Amino acid sequence: MSMSMNVLEANALGKRYGGTWALRECSLQLPAGHVVALIGPNGAGKTTLLNLAVGLAAPSAGGVTVLGGAPAGSPAALDGIAFVAQDTPLYKNVTVADMIYITRSLNRRFDQAYAQARLEDLGIPPRRKAGKLSGGQQAQLALTLALARRPRLLVLDEPVAMLDPIARHDFMATVQAAAAADGVSVLLSSHVLTELQRVASYLVLLACGQVRLAGRIDDLLAASSQPSLEELALSYLRETPAEVAR
Amino acid sequence: MTAQTRPAEPAEDMTLGPLPWRRMGGVIWRQHRFALVGVAALLGAAAVYLWIVGSSLHHAYAAAVACRPVGSPACQDAVNTFNGLDNFLSNGLIVQVLPVLIGTFVGAPLLAREMETGTFRYTWTQGFGRRRWTLAKLVALGLAVTVAAGLFSLVLGWYYQPYFSTGNYALAVVELSPFNSGLFDLGRVTFAGWTLAAFAIGALAGMLIRRVVPAIAATLAVYAGLAFAVGGFLREQYLTPLVTTGLNLTGSAWVLGQWWTKSGVTLSQATMVQVMDPIFARQIPAVPSNDVHLFKQQALASTVQYLTRHGYTYWTRYQPGSRFWPFQWIEGGWLLALSVLLIGGTAWLVRRRAA
Repeated sequence: MSMSMNVLEANALGKRYGGTWALRECSLQLPAGHVVALIGPNGAGKTTLLNLAVGLAAPSAGGVTVLGGAPAGSPAALDGIAFVAQDTPLYKNVTVADMIYITRSLNRRFDQAYAQARLEDLGIPPRRKAGKLSGGQQAQLALTLALARRPRLLVLDEPVAMLDPIARHDFMATVQAAAAADGVSVLLSSHVLTELQRVASYLVLLACGQVRLAGRIDDLLAASSQPSLEELALSYLRETPAEVAR
Repeated sequence: MTAQTRPAEPAEDMTLGPLPWRRMGGVIWRQHRFALVGVAALLGAAAVYLWIVGSSLHHAYAAAVACRPVGSPACQDAVNTFNGLDNFLSNGLIVQVLPVLIGTFVGAPLLAREMETGTFRYTWTQGFGRRRWTLAKLVALGLAVTVAAGLFSLVLGWYYQPYFSTGNYALAVVELSPFNSGLFDLGRVTFAGWTLAAFAIGALAGMLIRRVVPAIAATLAVYAGLAFAVGGFLREQYLTPLVTTGLNLTGSAWVLGQWWTKSGVTLSQATMVQVMDPIFARQIPAVPSNDVHLFKQQALASTVQYLTRHGYTYWTRYQPGSRFWPFQWIEGGWLLALSVLLIGGTAWLVRRRAA
């Protein structure tokens, strides 16, 4: 994969639900090879942007392409992007082994050996129903299924919000390993900054449906007087009058 | 922990066609085996029950029609035995709930559960693509319930056969028109057709309402409304009814309306009651009051004959029994067309649905 490719390009992208713009005039180029942290307060439009990127939603304005120009939701885009939605929805009454079977059947590529080895490492029994797993195990199963698809871009929507600190750490370690070892680009949203600081190399800050800040974290920190990513993000959020009003 | 994944080359995506449809076979089985096995078990149990009670029904029927001399006490007993069997099945109403039950409980949760639990976010972002995923599920499961219902209707056809035999009437054996509102729906075309329609209504309701229980309730309501409208108003219009002044309609005919005229003037019900009552009374022979009911049918027939000899005309608007199969195919045909339309609409909704 060429590192100069953009895994996501949004051009004046907008999404309206009823009369409210959840995302507006969003223009972004996310280069490949990064772990991109998409941060912002609740209701900032993070989920909307991710839904548009994975093709679950259609734009109301502008456009979005992925993996070097494929329209979001197109067959090539679906093939190359693995998405783990918020609260990691899985078929609760289907066994882990059947979730593997279903995911393998629905995708061109699926690394069965990888999936099985990882679930064994995690101590997730294949005959257990997905709904009977702990929250952390469900998140790990969803992530394993996503990574076994060998995606070029992994999209995670608030992946750790519901997890306890240990499960959170394990989950992020897996993401980090996939990004480091295999060069999978990652786009993950969160409103918890502390977990991202260690992992992310690129930052997109959303507030009120608009992009406030985007860039490599090293560059952003070097250019600002703020000592940490968290301080930097907070300073931008505080500059937004609408956010103060919330 | 090492993630041993290897990113695909971009060029790979451009040259490959879509994933083969057959991949959905195992997926559908793993996700819906409970529903599919449930449908098979329900219909299987009902078929076994029908076979057991049907065997005695056929047996009793054979005894009733073979009995000689007709009208002897022994033959009366045989006829009464047959007539008294399985009255709760003979009107067909209990069996009518099967299509809507199967169609609703397979069709309504199909998409409603995905929407309710959020699993569509997993499914619709897999490489198979959500449009093809939806079509595969709707077509395969719709076909499965239709075929199951079609097979079951063969058992139904066998069970009800004795009631439809022309000639029952002469032997005082119960004879039912296959057009009976509870029985026409159980035909070899219509039973499968209504099952498919219930499935398609359920699937669309599930996609529109996005919650399982309200979708099931809506499906039952819409289905009941449609079945009522068809049975009560629409079905009799499939072909223009025939009108006759003849008095010898077979029991298989579907009588839609009857009225009297004299000198070209239609007579009201009230008028005819006044005209007929004294004549009818004269036709009943002098028998003990306990036996009067045995002669009522005959007396009514004589009354009608008497009146037609005296300038009255008795009109009947009806669908002849020979139209049973055309009507089956007409109803099955539009139910299929409706189902295809609803399934297409559901697939279209899935495609344009914004998360």
